[in-house]
Formats: sequence, C-alpha cells, structure tokens
Amino acid sequence: MSDADTPGFHVDRIDLASDRAALRFAGALRFRECFAAWDEVRGMLAPLPPHLDLDVSDVDGLDGGATALLLELRAEAASAGSETAIVGATGRVQSMIELYGAHPKRPSLQAPPARIGILDQIGRETLTLVNESNALDFFGDSVVAAAQAVRSPRRVNWADVPRLMERAGADGIPIVLMINFLVGLVTGFQAAIQLKQFGANIFVADLVGLSVTRELAPLMTAIIIAGRSGAAFSAELGTMRVSEEIDALRTLGLDPYQYLVFPRVIALTLIAPMLTIVADVIGIAGGLLVAMFSLDLTFQAYLAESEKALDLFDVYSGILKAAVFGLAIALVACQRGLATRGGAEGVGRSTTSAVVTSLFAIVVLDAIFTVIFHAFGH
Amino acid sequence: MHSATEQPVVRPMIAVENLTIGYGELVVLERLDFTIAAGEVFAILGGSGCGKSTLLRHLIGLEDPMGGTIQVAGAPPVQDTGPPTYGVLFQSGALFGSMTLHQNVALPLRTWSDLDAHAVDTIVRAKLRLVGLEGFEHHMPAELSGGMKKRAGIARALALDPPLLFLDEPSAGLDPVSSVELDQLLLTLNHSLGMTTVIVTHELQSIFTVADACIMLDRGARGIIARGHPATLRDTSDDPRVRAFFNRQSRPS
Repeated sequence: MSDADTPGFHVDRIDLASDRAALRFAGALRFRECFAAWDEVRGMLAPLPPHLDLDVSDVDGLDGGATALLLELRAEAASAGSETAIVGATGRVQSMIELYGAHPKRPSLQAPPARIGILDQIGRETLTLVNESNALDFFGDSVVAAAQAVRSPRRVNWADVPRLMERAGADGIPIVLMINFLVGLVTGFQAAIQLKQFGANIFVADLVGLSVTRELAPLMTAIIIAGRSGAAFSAELGTMRVSEEIDALRTLGLDPYQYLVFPRVIALTLIAPMLTIVADVIGIAGGLLVAMFSLDLTFQAYLAESEKALDLFDVYSGILKAAVFGLAIALVACQRGLATRGGAEGVGRSTTSAVVTSLFAIVVLDAIFTVIFHAFGH
Repeated sequence: MHSATEQPVVRPMIAVENLTIGYGELVVLERLDFTIAAGEVFAILGGSGCGKSTLLRHLIGLEDPMGGTIQVAGAPPVQDTGPPTYGVLFQSGALFGSMTLHQNVALPLRTWSDLDAHAVDTIVRAKLRLVGLEGFEHHMPAELSGGMKKRAGIARALALDPPLLFLDEPSAGLDPVSSVELDQLLLTLNHSLGMTTVIVTHELQSIFTVADACIMLDRGARGIIARGHPATLRDTSDDPRVRAFFNRQSRPS
C-alpha cells in the first residue's frame, strides 16, 4: 500500500485481491494541488491490476480540471489493459464526472500549427509573392469596371468622390506643406554648402527648383498619400470585407468596384497632382528661405533664376508622375483592402501590406519615368 | 402555406441539384438536392459548423459551388449585375458603418428606383417602423445594439419589396420579445405578400412558429440528414442526430 498526501486531498492504494485494486481518493480535488501531485498518483497505478476502481466516495469536492485528470487517469489505465471504473461518485462529484465524461474523446481534426523553419518560410513567402493571382484578378476586374463605368457612368458612385478628395487632399495639406517645405529647405542648405565654395550661390535656385518639381515634390507627396490615404482605404475596405459589408453591397446589386474602388481611384488620381502643385510652391519657398538668409540672395534674384532654370516640362512631368502615383496607391490600397481575410489581424496585415506595396510601386514607377524621360531627351 | 401537395406546374423558387460546396480543397457539404417552393418559409437547420451559412452564401451567389447547380427563380444566382431579386440579412446585420440607418435603407431605393427624395423617405420610414426602429433614422450603426442592427438589416433587405428573402440567423442575439415580433413579421410578410423566405437558424421556437419545411444538415454526414415539416420531424424521426437536435435545444437551460 502506498499513498500520496497533499494539503487538499489524499490518495491511497488498496490491493483487494490478486486481480483487483482500488485507488481511494479523499478530500477536495482542486486542479492546482492535483497537477502538482499527479505524477505521484499515476505512479500508484503500478503494478497495474486487471481490475481497478477509482473510488471517489470520500471526495467532497471536485473541480473541472481535476475531473479531467481523473478521466484521463481512467483512460490511461484502460488503454494499458486494465478494466477501470470510477466508483462511489455521488451528488456534485457525480454530476461533474457526468458533465465532463458525456462527450466521447475525439482526435483533433487538424494537425496543430507546426513551427516552420526559416528556409520553409522563405519558400512559402516566395510562392505567395509569385501566386498573387488575386492581385491580377483585381487589376483585371478594375479594368473591366473602368470600361463599364465609361459605358454607363450612372453606376459609379460619384457622390463619394468629393468627400474622398477632401479627406485625401484638403485634410492632408498641412502635412504636405510641412514636409515639402523642410525638404526644399534641406535641399537648398546642402546645395548652398557646396555651391558657396565655387561662388555659385545663385545656382541654388536651379538645383532646388529642378529637384523639387521633377522629383522631390511628387515623391514626397506620394509617400504622404500612401501613408495617409492608402492606409485609410485599405483599412476601410478591409473592415468592410471582414464585417460582411462588401457581401451586403453585392446582394444589393452594387458592384464593389463601381461603388468603392472607382471613386477612390478617381479621387487619388485627381488629388495627387493638386497636392504636388502645392508641394512645388512650398518646396521652392524652402529653398528661397535658405538662399535669402544664408546666401544673401534677394527674393527677386532667386525667383528670376528659378524661372530661367525651370521649363514647363519640369513642372508637368512632376504632375504627371504624381497622377500615376495616386492611381497606383489607390489601386494597391483597394486591392489589399478587398483581399482582406480573417478579422482584426487581417485588417492590420492588409493595411501594412498596402502601405509597403504602394511605396515600392512608387519607387519603381519613378525609376521607369526617369528612364522614359531620359529616352525622350529630358 | 405548406408545400406538401406538390403541383407539377409550379416551378420551384429555388432548385438545388447535386450541389457540393466547400473552401479550397475542403468539402463542407456534398451532393445536396432540395427544392424550395414559391411562397414557402424554408428553414436550414443544423448545429454550429455544419455549413449552414456556407450553403446560404452559395444560394445568394456570393460563392461558386465546387459542383452541382443552383437555380434561383430559374437562373443561377449572380451578383452585381442589376437590381437584386432578393433581400439578404447577414448574421451581423452588415450595415454600412459610414451611413446612417436612413441612408442604409435608402441605398437600394436610390440605386434601383427613380423615386424622388420624399418618396424614398416615406418608404424608408415605413420599413424602419416595420422593424420597430422608427426614430433611429439618423443614428449610425455603431450607436445601436446587436439586435437593433439586425432589425435594421431586415429593413434594408425589405427595401425593394423582394419576392424572396434570405435570413442568416435572424433571431440570434435578439431578446425574446423582439424574436417573437420578428417571427410574426416574417409570417405576415409570407401570408400577405407570398414572400418566399429562407432562414438559416437553430432557434427551435422560431422554426416551429414560421417554417413550412426544413432540411437538417450534419457536419459528420456532410449533407442532409432529414427533411420535411419541422414538427413532423420532431415527432416522428428516429434518427438519433435529429432527435438530439430537437431535444437538446428544447431542454430548458
């Protein structure tokens, strides 16, 4: 005979006959105490008799976790070949055992999520990248939607366009002003340090004017739009997807492309050039400030030099770029939003992905533009 | 409105033949065959995870079947192509979060009718009154309780007076009084307009009150395990799964 004694409960083994033994439990079985002492209790099964009774007649309390352990113990003994029964259960103890024992054990339907190795993960991510078939579907559907919109413009949700333009444009003006002013200022300052050495102070105007209008203003503005509106569109559409609103829209006979995607694409394609014009002006103003205070150039001289240096093409090319950036951001953000799967976490993932993919697209498009403009001699 | 006496001339409102549905590779339900007669209140029953809602998503054309055919009013269900021929209540209500209740209910009317603002307003208020939400026109969905969102979802589904209505768990999350009122509403619509109604549910009370016919789905069987009038099934079925469904559900908690 052996026994296990813990503060809450007590177990002892009674060998009744050569083929029969009982584990007698007494006291209150609470899972915290039980788990701590359970290895000892399981040890008391050995040597395993052909017939084993788990006697709980002296148990005056049994919680859920302890019931699970008890049933596990019975199953363990049974699978080892012993005929095992829980005996002597009455009242609350009995009802707990019935409650937990009512459902038969079933194997897991799915294997637990396995840890995946680094190589495996790289492979999977690569495959996902390659298989972004729904992204292609999306762009195909967008083209179809655009064609339909041209054919029957009444189906497009034009009413949303001004509101979206206000949110993406007017509300974003302060940050666009701030960032582009500082970028103009920094560019002017860096140029000034170099040009001062050659006494070529006045060319700060050329450098700032050209780099701001051709490159920096459209790029910085697009980055701001990607961070503000791209993230917003993707989160908005993602939440709508997750909360069945997109499905509801479709059951009302409204095409999500016409109703949600198209107005957003129009809004960003229109608003990005407008913000870029603002950014051009404020960027040149940043350079002007440096020129006036650190290079002793006059206001008139700086502006006259800027006018001489800048072609209309420089400004237009920047604006054209911005329109394409806006289009790309809207398409990427809407695609990521509509492809959202799986609750709040999915919305977060698609928003992150929308911003990162937009930034990537912006830089790639910018490089393509540079090559094209260069090929045409600009 | 029982469909027990089948008239061969009447084409069923919904005909499902040899339908297999699932996600990706996973088959949820296979080889389903059933018809829903026009004017019938039809219940799709079954425990959680048996594929009831998935089946509904296929019936309304949001998902493509893996095999078999679905005909709704003589044609496969498709979306985004024109004025909807049926109303749908989603489990969460699926109201548009950026619109007021009024705008939510008005959206299908503004899209698919040439009514002026006053006429739309009259209809919207009537629909909201029908579901007991008059006075909440200018509330945003986020300001409403779950049950109210659901009722507003019904108002929106009824906006265009569709001949066919799909409801995904309409009374889940409703208080008992609202739940009984909803059942009454469905019965009245069915009797007075002959509206065909398909309900996915596991609320026994409402099944026995409103349903003319039902099918019961089972996860293990991956298909239909019983069909017929709910009360008849309850009283005569000797399938243990059917008995368990009715008995477990009717035991007071």
